[in-house]
Amino acid sequence: MTDPLTSYGQSRKARIDALAATSVAESGTVEEAPGLSLIASAWQRLRRNPVFLLGAFITVAFVLLALVAPWVAPHDPAVGYLLDKVRPQSNPVPGPEPGFPLGADSRGRDLLSRLIVGARQTLIVGVFATLGGFLGGLVLGTLAGAFGGWVDSLVMRIVDVMLSIPSLLLAVSISALATRPSQWTVILAIAIVQIPVFARLLRGSMLSQRSSDHVLAARALGIKQSAIVFRHMLPNALGPVIVQATLVLAVAIIDAAALSFLGLGNPDDRKPEWGQMLGQSQQYLADYPHLAFWPAACIIVVALGFTLMGESTREALDPKSRR
Amino acid sequence: MMSDAPLLSVEDLTVTFGRRGQEPFRAVDGVSFQVRPGQTVGLVGESGCGKSVTSLAIMGLLPQRGNTVSGRVDFEGTNLLELSTDDMRDRRGRDIAMVFQDPLSSLNPVVPVGVQVTEVLERHRGMTRKAAMPVAADLLRRVGIPDPDRRIKDYPHQMSGGMRQRALIAIALACAPRLLIADEPTTALDVTIQAQILALLKELVEDTGTALIMITHDLGVVAGLCDEVNVLYGGRIVERGARHPLFRDPRHPYTNGLLGSIPRLDAVGERLTPIPGSVADNLPWDHACAFAPRCSQPIERCTQVTPVLEESFGRALRCHNPVEVPR
Repeated sequence: MTDPLTSYGQSRKARIDALAATSVAESGTVEEAPGLSLIASAWQRLRRNPVFLLGAFITVAFVLLALVAPWVAPHDPAVGYLLDKVRPQSNPVPGPEPGFPLGADSRGRDLLSRLIVGARQTLIVGVFATLGGFLGGLVLGTLAGAFGGWVDSLVMRIVDVMLSIPSLLLAVSISALATRPSQWTVILAIAIVQIPVFARLLRGSMLSQRSSDHVLAARALGIKQSAIVFRHMLPNALGPVIVQATLVLAVAIIDAAALSFLGLGNPDDRKPEWGQMLGQSQQYLADYPHLAFWPAACIIVVALGFTLMGESTREALDPKSRR
Repeated sequence: MMSDAPLLSVEDLTVTFGRRGQEPFRAVDGVSFQVRPGQTVGLVGESGCGKSVTSLAIMGLLPQRGNTVSGRVDFEGTNLLELSTDDMRDRRGRDIAMVFQDPLSSLNPVVPVGVQVTEVLERHRGMTRKAAMPVAADLLRRVGIPDPDRRIKDYPHQMSGGMRQRALIAIALACAPRLLIADEPTTALDVTIQAQILALLKELVEDTGTALIMITHDLGVVAGLCDEVNVLYGGRIVERGARHPLFRDPRHPYTNGLLGSIPRLDAVGERLTPIPGSVADNLPWDHACAFAPRCSQPIERCTQVTPVLEESFGRALRCHNPVEVPR
């Protein structure tokens, strides 16, 4: 009988390795129409790909909204404007009325404003968690891929152990360790969970770089090891990792929402966050499902946008999918 | 220009690949040859005969794990095989440089060509990037890249195959090495470009006095370029001679077979005579001639006694039953 955790970890590892492998040919030998680089030809295909365009549209709209949130939100998300309409017994959640198109939450605060300002929190968590995972993975993956030998074995065993634990379970465990939960403990927990994904991917493409012709040529010229790693291997190995980052961003947003939903996020609800809003709507779910619907829809659409964009970019850069 | 003291002297070079669960494989088996300053020496043979491994062993570029390299590689009196990793790294690119087979994959795709030239100058000459730029442009001009001041900013994918190989040659020659190893430098190029690159190599070698080791499977390349030719088979040198005598009367059946496999325009209607079989059919050298199973004229002795490399009159031959010289 196979241990479900082990096979889970192995399937994740296999997926990451397959991703690294598809990037080998792409970064090593670029056989293209003259004057058309890999990026340029990928862009040629992406520009006409409706899936990519939809994903990019959602992503750009979301980022813009997050940037200008405090100025577009009709009301202050922390003030209970409709607090006097809240009747704990008969009417715990005030419905829509002029100026408050989606109504208010159980504390009389404008739902629309909270959703808009929540976009900003979601973006912050997503971007910083992904960035943290990327940087951690960059360090580990570069170490493993550049040195090989026992460094590689050590780093990759640690990574394997982390990959064998389901990512959300690990994130929950890490953020539960924090004495005072905040936005940053969520970011940290998700970043740590994403490190092995980046590390393994980068290591895979670093290894393929290490055995590539141009690295051999650089060694034949007596180029120093550090320059070989940072000028000749790393920049060529980064492509698939950067694409992976867009996909991880979606995962990070969903995971962050899950942590907030479970009450492991920022306890201060004056700073709205979609997962936290979802969590607070639980007790009114039977009678007022719209309270849960709106933040959930936001999370789904934004995660979908990043995933569509990331997947179509990865496909466009994959030489195997070319026609 | 040529002096008698050898620049490079390879003695009894043996490279053994360890294989998991199998007998170790001797890819290069006691190869000895010399290169004098300014001389062009060819290493010729089929794929898998050990010619590329020989060049990588000279450069110290074979992976250390699983490989055993023995013998001597004397370069100006220093045994390169005994140098530390750091000392060897200082020599590569400065004293000995190498041009590889595939000009596209041998250039870093994300770094402009000019920077790849200046990188070597920065590394071995201690120049700054700024000071090295005009030198790099000059090098590109010397290898025949038009408009080098503009081309220096190009990325490898913006150049044609021939241009990339020229750039690689410029990079290899940047520090004026005394020995250049060219590992099948024209294989990935089409015929007209091949001729240009060979002419360029010949010109540069004559101008700078750089010695050249030309590694190729193409006897046409050897005929036009090399002063001396070593024919390798199964990791050993089977015949060596100066270019003209070797081509006029090849003594080893393998050399003879290689020459017979070349299409000729002046022999209309004649069929090509390929060498049957492949390197996979080799016998071990230990108590036979490795080439015997594919040989056109094997005698009983060939499968019983290892032939030795016998030298006479500037020729060397490893064969029990050599091809008769037509009189």
